[in-house]
Amino acid sequence: MNPRNLFQKLWDAHVVAPETTDTPAILYIDLHLVHEVTSPQAFSELRERGLAVRRPDRMLATLDHSTPTLAAGADGERPYANAEAKAQVAQLEANCREFGVALHGWDSSDRGIVHVIGPELGATQPGMTIVCGDSHTSTHGAFGALAFGIGTTEVGHVMATQCLLQRKPKTLAIHVDGELPQGVGAKDLILHIIGEIGVDGGTGHVIEYRGSAIEALSMDERMTVCNMSIEAGARAGLIAPDETTFAWLKGRPHAPQGAAWDEAITRWRALRSDPGASYDRQVHIDASKVRPTVTFGTHPGMAIAMDTPVPAARNAQEKRALDYMRSKPGQPMRGTPVDVVFIGSCTNSRLSDLREAANVMRGRRVAQGVRMLVVPGSEAVRRDAEREGLHQVFTEAGAEWRIPGCSMCIAMNGDMAQPGQLVVSTSNRNFEGRQGKGARTVLASPATAAASALTGVITDPREFLTEAAA
Amino acid sequence: MKPVTRIQSRSAVLPDENIDTDRIIPARFLTTTERAGLGKLCFNDWRYQADGSDNPAFPLNKPEARGCSIIVAGRNFGCGSSREHAPWALLDYGIRAVICSEIADIFRNNSLKNGLLAIVIDEAEHRWLLQHPGVELIVDVREQHITLPDGGRIGFQLEPFARHCLLNGVDQLGYLLQHNDAISHYEQLTQARKEAA
Repeated sequence: MNPRNLFQKLWDAHVVAPETTDTPAILYIDLHLVHEVTSPQAFSELRERGLAVRRPDRMLATLDHSTPTLAAGADGERPYANAEAKAQVAQLEANCREFGVALHGWDSSDRGIVHVIGPELGATQPGMTIVCGDSHTSTHGAFGALAFGIGTTEVGHVMATQCLLQRKPKTLAIHVDGELPQGVGAKDLILHIIGEIGVDGGTGHVIEYRGSAIEALSMDERMTVCNMSIEAGARAGLIAPDETTFAWLKGRPHAPQGAAWDEAITRWRALRSDPGASYDRQVHIDASKVRPTVTFGTHPGMAIAMDTPVPAARNAQEKRALDYMRSKPGQPMRGTPVDVVFIGSCTNSRLSDLREAANVMRGRRVAQGVRMLVVPGSEAVRRDAEREGLHQVFTEAGAEWRIPGCSMCIAMNGDMAQPGQLVVSTSNRNFEGRQGKGARTVLASPATAAASALTGVITDPREFLTEAAA
Repeated sequence: MKPVTRIQSRSAVLPDENIDTDRIIPARFLTTTERAGLGKLCFNDWRYQADGSDNPAFPLNKPEARGCSIIVAGRNFGCGSSREHAPWALLDYGIRAVICSEIADIFRNNSLKNGLLAIVIDEAEHRWLLQHPGVELIVDVREQHITLPDGGRIGFQLEPFARHCLLNGVDQLGYLLQHNDAISHYEQLTQARKEAA
């Protein structure tokens, strides 16, 4: 057999009917993640057609996008942004009851951002196909699962048939070799990569991240990298499962146990790309060249090291982006005044992200006039962080410690910035208005976000880390 | 889905590149549980001024763009989120086709499943269309070409199954359901393989 890459192995193992010139492949989906925003119309479709959910046991639902991150009041009422948000959550609760789908809802100690809890519960496993009506489903590729976002029509297809009609995408290998410098992390790396290949550099492709710098990443960091694959236009990002993956998954509630675990490991080890496997395209990145990186424009491809000058606009489009951001060509982003700092989202809300931010902030205060929100990715992250006292580091610094959800990443639950405010955000999108109408988003790592909160201007976190080490 | 065979309209041009789905429909409007009625929110933060009146600078608000059902947009239209609310909003707003030199994968997929023609053409022809707003265009799904007023043609390629579904109004879920036996067979095989291991 010809050598196959990781993607080809995942694809081949899930083909129910192969593609032909006239018809796409029918691809089997192992795990379907569901949240309140992109599912209601799909459930309605099933109801109108009198269809059942084919495999409720392969679905995992939670509440994350429209949910308030402030606790319920004394009357038990949750502070929803509006009646529609509340109704949308109630609709998912009703749909899950009606169709027999397990919901990690308000009463669950596992609730959280769907892309945080899937892995946490061990529901995300190597070798799987995973979809969700959410573009950041690419996160799960960190485990060597083919995971991608779909629209609501396709959410209905998966509910009813556990399958999707798919054309085989192309493959793009991104080799990251060398070592990331001290104080530079996975978020800096993925922003750097998107800056290099462009916001559409991955369109039509599935990315496989490879190389020594990728193998050296923790699972949390790998999730950060794969999460933002969609920001380069790729539907999915993949990293081959290895000992790091297995150690992370072992013992999690949905992970195989006992003999089934040993059998699974054997299967998972065989997933990595065969020597000599080919890709449609290849890109090489030198990890040692990556520095603390931030965005300066209105899409994630407009990213540079924070101490290099903002490039001049090359066209009207880029000029508009710079004007919107009030970014000044020729000047670095470092030193730009900050109004709001957000730490959270499916990109950077896991325990290690909160530790990274807390390490910078411990014993210090958020600068006067800066508002800072820290939103853990899940109830489990919240519990673990509180056990370590991280919440106190944040609250004593003057930041707000919230309950889990997507929060200000998508700003549809009422957590948002005001027009004109500059937000240093650990989330994934800096589109115009993404964090509130007129809000200006600068994407950054948790360490950079934390350092910027302390000084009130965009700051290289290594300034604080050096002090801490000294 | 109703069959879509041919769209005729003057073109309206949105020259910006990378128009993301947050610009097409801002996230704060995604609390709906319906598909209908999103047209009034399409391009909301670009289209309206703070007082709710039309923003004259928004290209689709210009008198010559009113009533156009074909958008020629800058490269990489529809990037960002997977929200199908984006094509729902565009369709409800009256848009039937988006023409571009590159369209984001998920948006293109979502659009074609709803009968919104997401059409990719060559860069040179795309550049020409961007520079010539208000041209009367005929998009022919069967022949896969766009006819210009002078009779000139711009070819494009749709994924064959998407084209077949558009032309015949095929219900893709119905098509998938017909493969129920193959799906069950796949499930039995993979289950058996696991148990044998």
